[in-house]
Amino acid sequence: MSSEQKLLHISTSPHTKYQETVPSIMLSVCLALIPAFAASIYFFGLRALVLTVVCVVTCLATEWVIVRVLLKRPSTLGDFSALVTAMLLAFNLPPDLPPWMAVIGSIFAIGVVKWAFGGLGHNFINPALAGRAFLMASYAAPMTIFGPPRTGTMSGLSESTLASLTNKVDGISGATPLPAFNKIMELLRNESTQASELQFHIIDFQETISHLFFGNVGGCIGETSAAALILGAIFLWYKHIIGLRVPVLFIGTVFLLSWIFNGTGSFFTSEALLIPVYQIFAGGLMLGALYMATDMVTSPITPMGKAIFGIGCGLLAFTIRKFGGYPEGVSYSILLMNLAVPMLDRYNRPKIYGKVHTNA
Amino acid sequence: MFGKFSFKGGVHPSHCKDQTASLNIETLPAPEKVIIPLSQHIGAPAKIAVKRDDMVKIGQVLGEAGGFVSAPVHASVSGKVVSVGPFAHPLGKQVTAVEIENDGNDDTVEFTPLPTPWREAAPQEIVQKISAAGIVGMGGASFPTHVKLSPPSNKPIDTVIINGAECEPYLTADHRLMLEKTEEMLCGAMIIKKILGASKIWIGIEENKPDAIAVISEKIAQDKFKEISLAKLKAKYPQGGEKQLINAVTKRQVPSGGLPMDCGCVVQNIGTAYTIWDAVCNGKPLYQRVVTVTGSTIRKPANLLVRIGTPIKTLLEHCDIDYDSTQKVIMGGPMMGLAQSDFTAPVIKSTSGILGYKTLTTGVREYDCISCGNCVKACPIHLVPSYLAKYVQKGLYEDAMTWNILDCMECGSCAYACPSKINLVHYMKVGKFHAMGIKKEKEKK
Repeated sequence: MSSEQKLLHISTSPHTKYQETVPSIMLSVCLALIPAFAASIYFFGLRALVLTVVCVVTCLATEWVIVRVLLKRPSTLGDFSALVTAMLLAFNLPPDLPPWMAVIGSIFAIGVVKWAFGGLGHNFINPALAGRAFLMASYAAPMTIFGPPRTGTMSGLSESTLASLTNKVDGISGATPLPAFNKIMELLRNESTQASELQFHIIDFQETISHLFFGNVGGCIGETSAAALILGAIFLWYKHIIGLRVPVLFIGTVFLLSWIFNGTGSFFTSEALLIPVYQIFAGGLMLGALYMATDMVTSPITPMGKAIFGIGCGLLAFTIRKFGGYPEGVSYSILLMNLAVPMLDRYNRPKIYGKVHTNA
Repeated sequence: MFGKFSFKGGVHPSHCKDQTASLNIETLPAPEKVIIPLSQHIGAPAKIAVKRDDMVKIGQVLGEAGGFVSAPVHASVSGKVVSVGPFAHPLGKQVTAVEIENDGNDDTVEFTPLPTPWREAAPQEIVQKISAAGIVGMGGASFPTHVKLSPPSNKPIDTVIINGAECEPYLTADHRLMLEKTEEMLCGAMIIKKILGASKIWIGIEENKPDAIAVISEKIAQDKFKEISLAKLKAKYPQGGEKQLINAVTKRQVPSGGLPMDCGCVVQNIGTAYTIWDAVCNGKPLYQRVVTVTGSTIRKPANLLVRIGTPIKTLLEHCDIDYDSTQKVIMGGPMMGLAQSDFTAPVIKSTSGILGYKTLTTGVREYDCISCGNCVKACPIHLVPSYLAKYVQKGLYEDAMTWNILDCMECGSCAYACPSKINLVHYMKVGKFHAMGIKKEKEKK
């Protein structure tokens, strides 16, 4: 072909682009969730698998129906964002939830929270968390009944601790780590006249924390194993998909506040230092801070906005845990902070080059 | 002994320089015809000084500077002016150009160097020489050099920075000049310093050119170049952007809307420094330059010394382009270069490279913004490109202005980093165009 006949392509610069795309990012998030998924199947057995599959199928089907049938647009299943929502929603459900409730949660997450606002990139709150909040409001009881893991105890406390506590506190043997902790604190407060004796020696923190870290405790499907969640998050951090700012400030704030308000009356006893560690590994904090608060669409875009978002999440999560009616505050803290994102972005724009000072 | 200099923001595209980094500069034979546009710089176009059928010699003035912010253009071959008229210009429009038929004799006008050695000459006299030689910034922006070298007296310059970053992928023209014309280029830097009365010369080189760093460190250890310091820069795009370079080397910031001279700096490109030396010491005007021809469809990549006005087709064919697989031809680097539509467009003073490209960025599926923040991290000016693009899409140009769209320098870092493949630079260009209009309108009132 001669040069005269050749038609060339014209476009604006740049003529080269970074290899990461939206689907590749979403797929990486799915991959990062695999260790936690494996851990959930290990600890909760087939019911975790069934529930996750139900969520995945429903979410993908809802997405397909909305995009292809209602909107008549090219399919968006290929961007894997519905898959991420499905997995995160499943991870936020208790293993014994009836699957049909998971179906309703999935339809709400994709249909209402994601697509009613315009699909990927336009949802103003995290669809998976909104799905969970919807189910919590609709089916409060099934959403808060947890079956025990295959090994270990519900709360991660040792059998002997539980035995010594059951005659003092009601319902502790079936409680997940956070309510169990709150009940023990309540007990200690009631017996505070001779608190110096009782103190926290009843809790074997070392053992409990190791259970919390590796995951043989009761709870939602995906939140049990902090170790598996951290592993996946390190992968995402290495791939530059999540930054450290939000999760570190989120977890750090909860840690710091739990340490300051540890309730033992001192700061440097081993209990005072172990209580915050217990708090960050218990419940959904790791899952929320590492995977939900870092959701790109619903977190701020500016560095300063991200910092405030992380601290705000931590503050709210701690407040709900400590003073609220729910034992767990992570999902509501993230949802509330999601709503503040546009404002955080607007008022925390980065300092522009050349606007700060002049040497002239 | 040297700390690494850098700036905040930026991206890391693959360098792709291996193909040409080790190739000596090769002289491309003068073509049969050259097309020399009268506008090869920022500012007023040159005023035509020849007419059809005139015989011209190399170095003869074809167009006189059309104002202070302008530069003359010179003939790059000897021969007959066959036409004066509109021709394809690499910047994408038709521009008046002089077409000269090469007679092959390479007759030159008499080149007159500065009568006194430059160390003793008056700064005005040297600037005069540079202005007459038609020198413009050869890194890409093509701002007339004599303007940069004549700062108003209320803006003293204390630092001269020679830009050897060459942060655009693929390009190696400046790299080769640093290796092959080291002394000349350093002399050029000294001339610039002398003109401005600056106290300090920095030469900034990205760390991915260790051979250039070695050669230059050796030279600046010599007594005659002892005023020059080397700044080893982190290899990151756009390290060679004027504002980023100033920030990396001096920690100063050019005020928004201002020029480098507002913070006491002047930045000149390696090629410009070399050409200044050539003009001052040999009396040669700017009629040739080094161009890197490379890319995935170029079978024999090269660094060529090319006469200004050579059609890009000549360069591409000299380097054995594979026309069948070529989808895009870019003048400049892949980050800021311009896609060419016409092979007859000539090499101009600011052409640092010609790339033949197989891969396309057009036709790639674009997703909605997922607010990942990559563009915010990448922006070397610290803007929020995703919000700016959304404002421009909705025609909210005034909002875009309050988010400082006019500070954008179109470096392309945001669009490079975008996983949704949104062509952010396009929206920036559209937004800036409208914002400039609004700004002018306001100034009128």
